[in-house]
Amino acid sequence: MTAELGHIALIIALCMAVFQTLVPMAGSFKGYQTWMRLGQTMAFGQFVFIALSFACLSMAFLNDDFSVAYVANNSNTLLPDRFKMSAVWGAHEGSLLLWALILAGWTAAVALLSRRMPLVFSARVLSVLGFIAVGFALFLLLTSNPFERILPVVPIEGGDLNPLLQDFGLIVHPPMLYMGYVGFSVPFAFAIAALIGGQFDSAWARWARPWINAAWMFLTIGICLGSWWAYYELGWGGWWFWDPVENASFMPWLIGTALMHSIAASEKRGVFRSWTLLLAIFTFSLSLLGTFLVRSGVLTSVHAFASDPERGIFILAFLFVVVGGSLLLFALRGPQMRSSSDYQGWSRETMLLINNVLLVSATAMILVGTLYPLLADVLDLGKISVGPPYFSFFFVPTTAILMVFLGFAGFSRWQSTDGRLMLRKGIIPGVISLVLGLILPALAVEELSWSTYSLSAVVTLVLVFWVITMSAEDLLLKVDGKAANLKGLTGSYWGMLTAHAGLAVCVLGVGLSTSYDLQRDVRMVPGDHVDLGEYNFQFIGVKPADGPNFSAYRGEVVVTSGDQVVTTLWPEKRNYKAAGQTMTEAAIDGKLTRDLYVSLGEPLGGNAWAIRVQVKPFVRCIWLGALMAGLGGLIAGNDKRYRRRKNRITSVLNAGGISA
Amino acid sequence: MHPMRKQRLQIVVMIIAASAVAAGLIIYKLGQNANFFYTPSQVLSGEAPEGTFIRAGGMVVEGSVRRDPNSLAVDFEVTDGSAILGVRYTGILPDLFAENEAAIAAGKVDQNRVLQASEVLAKHDEKYTPPEVAESMNAAYKAKQKRKADKL
Repeated sequence: MTAELGHIALIIALCMAVFQTLVPMAGSFKGYQTWMRLGQTMAFGQFVFIALSFACLSMAFLNDDFSVAYVANNSNTLLPDRFKMSAVWGAHEGSLLLWALILAGWTAAVALLSRRMPLVFSARVLSVLGFIAVGFALFLLLTSNPFERILPVVPIEGGDLNPLLQDFGLIVHPPMLYMGYVGFSVPFAFAIAALIGGQFDSAWARWARPWINAAWMFLTIGICLGSWWAYYELGWGGWWFWDPVENASFMPWLIGTALMHSIAASEKRGVFRSWTLLLAIFTFSLSLLGTFLVRSGVLTSVHAFASDPERGIFILAFLFVVVGGSLLLFALRGPQMRSSSDYQGWSRETMLLINNVLLVSATAMILVGTLYPLLADVLDLGKISVGPPYFSFFFVPTTAILMVFLGFAGFSRWQSTDGRLMLRKGIIPGVISLVLGLILPALAVEELSWSTYSLSAVVTLVLVFWVITMSAEDLLLKVDGKAANLKGLTGSYWGMLTAHAGLAVCVLGVGLSTSYDLQRDVRMVPGDHVDLGEYNFQFIGVKPADGPNFSAYRGEVVVTSGDQVVTTLWPEKRNYKAAGQTMTEAAIDGKLTRDLYVSLGEPLGGNAWAIRVQVKPFVRCIWLGALMAGLGGLIAGNDKRYRRRKNRITSVLNAGGISA
Repeated sequence: MHPMRKQRLQIVVMIIAASAVAAGLIIYKLGQNANFFYTPSQVLSGEAPEGTFIRAGGMVVEGSVRRDPNSLAVDFEVTDGSAILGVRYTGILPDLFAENEAAIAAGKVDQNRVLQASEVLAKHDEKYTPPEVAESMNAAYKAKQKRKADKL
């Protein structure tokens, strides 16, 4: 019965979403207050019913109801309960239901907080969000119903969840990522509502900014978790592959970052207005594209599309309506959004423009690299994959230029900045970072020679110190030695500093772990040892070790440095019973300055094993930096002024409402 | 020309020039880093260029996997049903690599038409077969059927 209940709840939610789309929008044109207010009620109702539907699917998993096809394909009685929960979003149907649930959650949040905005505007925002919800509910019900039963022959045992996904990372990564993806539907709905109403001013930007920051924060953390998961769970120590799936999440992040910066200029100075709207539209369009690229199977092959034409056509049609419709609206209304002020020279507006140009170009480059193989396949040009060097070639210099300009972020002023003054501020940090950047890599090598001196490490360190010293100088000058000044700094400012420092820390991790990464694949019999940098890895042997739903071989590797035992690592080779799938479970000894990473390859006969040993300096900084950036987004989004000014607007509007 | 217009024109020209350079670079780099997929038949017939980084794949031939006893070097053969391509690789094979299963190797073809692979990929899970491999196996199977039919 649970499955049917979930199915019915989903249908009711769809009906509510239809009302939420049509009624408030019509009401906003006719000026019917009650019609417009219906949007809120429907938003809450829709959330309740989608949540009920999601709970039903979760119950089906927890109760091992294998008569439901989706459960039978992705779960197993031996699967621990926490993984049964995460298996709910482990494949196509369930992850779309999660998408719909999160969308309903964001919509309910907007409905709850929308009392601060004019009713006409919030009604249109909810209507647009309702439209997206209709699209997803229809997609679920028509093509990807997670509640479909296999009757009358019910399997006794399920097919099990892919072992790669039986991990804590998968419990948190997709919800976080989706919170980000779907969160960008809110600024998108704001943009569409602004285009419809022709109202796009500083107040609009102030309403939208906290939502953008929140979505951006979730997306940042989601991508960070994904990279971390790939690092320790795939078992071979890579943390970014320029894989289409990763690119699909990275593109909305880049455009979202551009949006965060451009809307700052729109709010404070009234410039880049139409550009900001366009970015809001693109961020969400790329989020949609990302979801569909990953979930439709087009990425593995265009022919997956053809084998399941219903889903493919629905996806294309929905993307077409959302992207095409919003761009058409933009073409009609966008040019009316004139900038209300001018700027010149090295003003903050110019700096933000540079930021946007760089981020958008990087995205365009990634988009081309990701879609090119699809295009080639469709046009029958052969089966192509685009290698990581393509992406690095464009992305690394873009990031470097971005960081050079980023250093000046705090010093630039709105409208116009004295360029020479700004350059002078850069002298001391410039010298410090050049000196440190050139000297530190020389200390990292045992003997001085050009071959061991890493140029990429130099560039990394110079850029990282540049961003950090420039930010520090700006902070010091702003505080000017008085504690009272410290209090005067806004949440936005602290958020910016944290996020920029986070980027620097992340780049530090990327640059140094790439420059100084040590890796060896060796054949080892018990007693063998191998040297890697200052560490010595000794292979003791392999013993059987079993888990709840898998059997495993557990290796023992003792790591020493000089005479000191650093740690003992226990890498595993697991065999998951249900599907007979083999998995490498790496053993990692992590510190901020270096990770020791050992993974067990295949048995080579006798007692010999293939073993990969790695030393990865500063690799943890990558995720630490990303988390710092996410925190920065949170701090900036919680700036007091959003709440304070909103309250003032509310009181004004309320007063107006009463007098009217 | 009006100075304002002249400025605008300069900006437009700069944007066009920058976009052209960027587009050119992208096309050039795409061409350089686009790795084509070939079936064993295509490699052996000489269709795949020698010394260029390519991907090739098929089913791993039963009994063809030979490990060097003293190192991590390994030889194996992949087939699309009609031709058999030798692959040489040094390193750790992926978890789901096995005989009679699909695998893709990436590397360069040498003079002896052996693929010197720097990377070997197997499928992600039990149900999944790389689409390139499935397609080339299908094509080879059809070709075989046709040859049989022609003989009759």
